[in-house]
Amino acid sequence: MSKHLIYGLLLSILMVIAPHAEHLPLWASSLCAGLLAWRTYLAYSGTALPKRWLLMLVTLAATAGIVIEFHTLFGREAGVTLLVLLAALKPMELHKARNAMVVIYLACFIIITNFFYSQSIPTALYLLATLMVIVTTWVHLQAQGIALKARARIAALLLLQALPLMLILFVLFPRVPGPLWGLPQDAYASSGLDERMAPGSLSRLSLSQAVAFRVTYNDKPPRRDQMYWRGPVLWMFDGRAWTPGTTALSVAPQFTELGQPINYSVTLEPHNKAWLFALDVPDKLSIPATSRDTLLAQTADCGSGCEAAIPAPDASQRRVMAATLTHDFQILNKEPVNARLRYAARSHLVYRANLQETAQQLKRGLQLPRQFNPRAQQLAAEWRSSEKDDETIVRTALSYFHNQNFVYTLEPPPLGVHTVDDFLFTTKQGFCEHYASAFVFLMRAAGIPARVVTGYLGGEFNSVGNYYIVRQSDAHAWAEVWLAGRGWVRFDPTGAIAPERIQRGLSAALPDNAALPFMARNPPQWMRELRLNLDTLANQWNQWVLGYDAERQFAFLTRLGIESITWQKMALDMAGGLGIAIALFALFMLRHLFARQPDKVQAAWLKLCARLAKSGLPRAAHEGAQDYAARIAAARPELAEAIRDLAARYTALRYRAGHDEHEQREFLQRAKALKI
Amino acid sequence: MSNSLHHAITQAEQIILGKPQQIRLALACLLARGHLLIEDLPGVGKTTLAHVLARTLGLQFSRIQFTSDLLPADILGVSVYQRDTNEFKFHPGPIFAQMVLADEINRATPKAQSALLEAMEEQQVTIEGTTRALPAPFFVIATQNPAYQIGTFALPESQLDRFLMRIQMGYPDAQAERGLLSGMDRREIVAGLSPQMTSVELFELQKQARKIFVSPALLDYVQAILRHTREAVRYTHGLSPRAGLSLLAAARAWALLDNRDAVIPEDVQAVLPGVASHRLQAPGEHARQNSDMLVRELIESVAIP
Repeated sequence: MSKHLIYGLLLSILMVIAPHAEHLPLWASSLCAGLLAWRTYLAYSGTALPKRWLLMLVTLAATAGIVIEFHTLFGREAGVTLLVLLAALKPMELHKARNAMVVIYLACFIIITNFFYSQSIPTALYLLATLMVIVTTWVHLQAQGIALKARARIAALLLLQALPLMLILFVLFPRVPGPLWGLPQDAYASSGLDERMAPGSLSRLSLSQAVAFRVTYNDKPPRRDQMYWRGPVLWMFDGRAWTPGTTALSVAPQFTELGQPINYSVTLEPHNKAWLFALDVPDKLSIPATSRDTLLAQTADCGSGCEAAIPAPDASQRRVMAATLTHDFQILNKEPVNARLRYAARSHLVYRANLQETAQQLKRGLQLPRQFNPRAQQLAAEWRSSEKDDETIVRTALSYFHNQNFVYTLEPPPLGVHTVDDFLFTTKQGFCEHYASAFVFLMRAAGIPARVVTGYLGGEFNSVGNYYIVRQSDAHAWAEVWLAGRGWVRFDPTGAIAPERIQRGLSAALPDNAALPFMARNPPQWMRELRLNLDTLANQWNQWVLGYDAERQFAFLTRLGIESITWQKMALDMAGGLGIAIALFALFMLRHLFARQPDKVQAAWLKLCARLAKSGLPRAAHEGAQDYAARIAAARPELAEAIRDLAARYTALRYRAGHDEHEQREFLQRAKALKI
Repeated sequence: MSNSLHHAITQAEQIILGKPQQIRLALACLLARGHLLIEDLPGVGKTTLAHVLARTLGLQFSRIQFTSDLLPADILGVSVYQRDTNEFKFHPGPIFAQMVLADEINRATPKAQSALLEAMEEQQVTIEGTTRALPAPFFVIATQNPAYQIGTFALPESQLDRFLMRIQMGYPDAQAERGLLSGMDRREIVAGLSPQMTSVELFELQKQARKIFVSPALLDYVQAILRHTREAVRYTHGLSPRAGLSLLAAARAWALLDNRDAVIPEDVQAVLPGVASHRLQAPGEHARQNSDMLVRELIESVAIP
């Protein structure tokens, strides 16, 4: 086996496992790197391969390492680690072409594991390049003695030929709603809002530029400071952290006096939690990817002013529901969102919600750990004693934040046991979770039912793709207070300290904060545009490539004019399409059976005749090669031998069966070399 | 080329002096399993050529002299009543031979001519309701006098088409004539000729001829020729597909005679006068134009692709 072939195989393996270095245990990455380096050295120096028992030992040790690290050999992390290690070990037994074949197949197979971690465009491009390297090596294995450039060309051609097949498979392969097979739980990345909010949790999240979801408004979008994307609602405070507490009631919320509806669709990045985000109060939601039954149940329109169309969880209905609306207006998906999810929703920004709140809920809204934060409780008690009206107390609290020199910062100083007291009276520096937490605490201490709502605020408008990008850095926390006669009303204490945050976003509120990631600060215009363009591309990729599900497929095929789509029909179409594509390729490749081989020979002969014509001996158009050669030989005896030879070769190439490249090359060279 | 073929040619050339091209064409015609028409004046050696070929190739030979009163039965044979056995017995005519020389075919009436031509086409004859196979191989060499001679029934074009080739003998050149005049009596030499091959060998050679390779480039050339005859105004009508097949078969046989395993354009050009001259005709007043000239023009006006 040639050195260069081995280098190619090693490069293939290296490229295919390199992206895993990011999340593999350090020892595994180092072991792979070491093995590949060692193998390269062995090939370079021509030393014999290691003994079998040694390889067995390393394999066993590596397997044991995986078991110790992950406590299993299965699942995403352990499985991928095992595969990667075996792939790095395999080149150690490259004895025959058969082994090389195994390495190639292994590399092809391991490509797919990279998609467990990322399905972005750069990943796809990188893996395409990897595939190119693998196929080039494969060509090398099959046909030694072809130059690298020619091999790469063949590989590129092969991949190009695979393209139509890929497209047919992609477009027509019957999609089923939901994944075909489940990945292990640890396969899903989880980043985003948590159910638990403690001081520092949102400010940490704000450093992430990761996309939470993208929104397209059907009509005019609302004002930016109205874009409150409601997420988890937190009721329970333990003195430090807020949690949702015990499950809410299975009673539908009541919305009255609804204003103009706003229709929009959201493409939610997987966050591994069940909740979906919607603006304020949603009364309609449809998840296209789910089956039709669910869709009908979801889209039942009720008009404005009535109860929500999204039914409250009901044991009998829950099975067919894709999502439910809880009593505190959270939308809960049937299962954790561990794949990109697209849904359309309708929301109302003007509303009265739960005017008749249950006593139980109002009691939950007043829960307080009495042993913490005595000073804050005292402050609230003072407000309560001087004011009777709940709403005035709310105003008092907001103006308190506004007037007492509070600072809005991503890096607040640490807080002690009495988190709210320390924040309110000592440090006076905090991020939105501090303000929301302290505000709700004060309200509850003053006897006003209140709760913390987390979610996202605002988003970046992408003028290129005409949609909003909501990032993790847009994560926000605010408060909702229940006022008699008004129901649950949103108050955002952050707005009292840093109104720019509400109106223009985090970078406007914290212009010179070095802790903000570079991209979250105000970048130059061209960079902003580039970023928006890239995000538009990513969005298209998400929508049409990664998000090409049963519904998209149906819509696309209908637009192509394919009627009454069933999966059987699609499977037939797919098989037919593949058959046609393969047949076309076969025809193209076998065209030399039907057509004559590219006529270099004829061209060379005609050129030779033209040269002879210049010397005064033109060939008549109807003159055969033998006759012409005889005539030339008579007129130019010194050329006789050469021209007879050429004519014989030409005749043989043109009129005889079964000649090879070599004969052709020989003729072309001689025809060229003839001196007249 | 097989030895026997080589010997056959040499032997024929020793008797028919100065006519190597005609001998080879005639042989090619037989190898291509076609029938041969020789057209020329009386006394230029048509009959001798047929005789020599039959002898050399070891074929059973018979000769029919066509006259204006020749009846089909004279060619095919008749059933005669046998008095002793009280039944009819068939007496085969001269057509039942491997090589039949039909002398001066255009002297007979069309009825007699068509009896022969049907036998040529079908390789069998039907007499009084009974179909009888003719021997194999079966060749007909017909001779005819130039059409302008008195007392001839010209063969119609459709019947001319049954002949793979038509060749002309022509006068011998001076040297050949001297040899002819000073040499022995031709009839005696022919009688003393020994066969150079068996009919099995002949079969083999025919089979070999059919296997000679024809490349797409050559087919292009053949098609160009056919197309030209159909498109040019110089001909009353173009060559038929059967003519095309005949041309290819003859070219293959010619390539075999030249000891090659593939047909080249020169082969086509060599057999084209034989194959095409009796199938092509100039229109109107040029009808009498020498048909050989027509074919030479044809060759020269079609470029080899």
